[in-house]
Amino acid sequence: MSAHLLDLLLKATGETLLMTAASGLASLVFGLPIGLLLVVTSPGGVWPAPWTNRVLGTLVDAFRSVPFIILLVALIPFTRLVVGTSIGTSAAIVPLSIAAIPYYARIAEVSLREVDSGLVEAVRAMGGSRWALVREVLVPEALPSLVAGFVVTLITLIGATAIAGAIGAGGLGDLAIRYGYQRFQTEVMLAVVVVLILLVTILQKGGDALVARLDHRR
Amino acid sequence: MNVQPLHIGTAGSEPAAAAGPPVVELAGVSKRFGARAALDDVTLTVRRGEVLGIIGRSGAGKSTLIRCLNGLERPDAGEVRIEGRAISRLSERELQPMRRRIGMIFQHFNLLANSTASENVALPLKIAGIAKAERMRRAGELLDLVGLSDRGGAYPAQLSGGQKQRVGIARALAAEPALLLSDEATSALDPETTGQILELLRDINRRLGLTVALVTHEMEVVREIASRVVVLENGRVAEEGEVWRVFADPQAPITATLLRSLRPELPADLAARLTNTLGGEAVFRLDLIGDAARAPLLAELAGRFGIEARLLHGGIETIQGRPVARLFVAVSPSPAVDLAAIAAFFASRATRSDLLGHVSSSP
Repeated sequence: MSAHLLDLLLKATGETLLMTAASGLASLVFGLPIGLLLVVTSPGGVWPAPWTNRVLGTLVDAFRSVPFIILLVALIPFTRLVVGTSIGTSAAIVPLSIAAIPYYARIAEVSLREVDSGLVEAVRAMGGSRWALVREVLVPEALPSLVAGFVVTLITLIGATAIAGAIGAGGLGDLAIRYGYQRFQTEVMLAVVVVLILLVTILQKGGDALVARLDHRR
Repeated sequence: MNVQPLHIGTAGSEPAAAAGPPVVELAGVSKRFGARAALDDVTLTVRRGEVLGIIGRSGAGKSTLIRCLNGLERPDAGEVRIEGRAISRLSERELQPMRRRIGMIFQHFNLLANSTASENVALPLKIAGIAKAERMRRAGELLDLVGLSDRGGAYPAQLSGGQKQRVGIARALAAEPALLLSDEATSALDPETTGQILELLRDINRRLGLTVALVTHEMEVVREIASRVVVLENGRVAEEGEVWRVFADPQAPITATLLRSLRPELPADLAARLTNTLGGEAVFRLDLIGDAARAPLLAELAGRFGIEARLLHGGIETIQGRPVARLFVAVSPSPAVDLAAIAAFFASRATRSDLLGHVSSSP
């Protein structure tokens, strides 16, 4: 592989990592609170609010049901409003985030729902406020599972960045399509696949190790 | 010099003296879940320093009842008072300071799995806003109290069931509660561990004068630790009284049923040979309490009537320091002494005496 191609590969890897990290962060910052809200407002939750729960749930599912490629195009006006342009790496971060937030919200919801209701009851019985139930019980007890779900989200995002290549976002997927597929440079295609496998493996192994350290349930 | 009589049996010690002012009062409390009445017009009082046992079969409403005591469950009708204050209409937020006065332990311990034993014990103090150094110091003391001073850094998964419940007890005591609620706290434990946990609870009741309300489906638990017992059936109070009295002389059929496995019964082979036909030996079942349980009953019978009685089966145990006996006795009426006279003698001594039947040949 030529030095030029190596440069391209490095640049594309950097772009993929940037897009994944930025939208991953957005999914954590916005998706986790939404997931929490979905759990606490559910019937039998810490703070039951049927209407809030229904509206929020519908909204989350609406965004999750739009295929990413369509979301990418449909959000162009919004993206332009936020970052000033609709093409490039930073522009791709907007639709990626919008897709990742409801995705992680549902994953976080499942994790938080798994927390033994007996623990919530125990802390209610000791006079804990609703905020204490969230802070002392729901989040710490679900933490290993929340982290594992976040790793799944990040790996899904790596895949989604390839599609973002369609709006000129760059990244590994874009490189593989333009050089590997359209220019028949099979070695570029192979190199991209190897890098992707490495990225996913490192993320998954690292995530697993972190989860094992956080999890004291056995 | 007075010689103290030797007590035979288990559970020797009396719980801390009861009859303080009421900590909890329930008046006409009812609670329905759909069409089913979980609690139906329940009125009861838990007094300072006592250990109240609440017993019933599963589904009798015990758990609902104990959850009403700290507002985890709200009654549909009736009033719950904690230290004189009505709580039924308090908001969740208004309930919080009251709940900090009440500790609770659970069947499945309900410890935070990702927190250490110390952190679990310190949690009520954290919720009450006590500084970290102070609450960790206090957690250390409490773990010491429950005999786990060296396991503070362990996570619940690294502890045995009995140790987990000790942590649960330490946690329940952390905020220095006025009342301890126990919801089937020993039901998930083996008999030996159950004994140790009950010992610990009894010790805490005595040393700290802590009021305890405990729910259980096991009469052994009530016998070991409670001073007073409330028997629930279908959400209603079927019977209530001092433990030794209820054990010795149960009034409600449900109480007798719950007690069955704990009280001596006529061995099956003997029971099978009982007939209603007069002749041979007559078999009596005698329930005796207090001095009557200690008296040399059979010797007296022999002295008074000149007939011999044989002890077939039975035992004497001490509940709350009072002897409670159940004896199965076979007597052969002689021509001079008829059955009615013997039955009258037994009836004069026993709380309950029943002629169960007759056996023709020597059993």
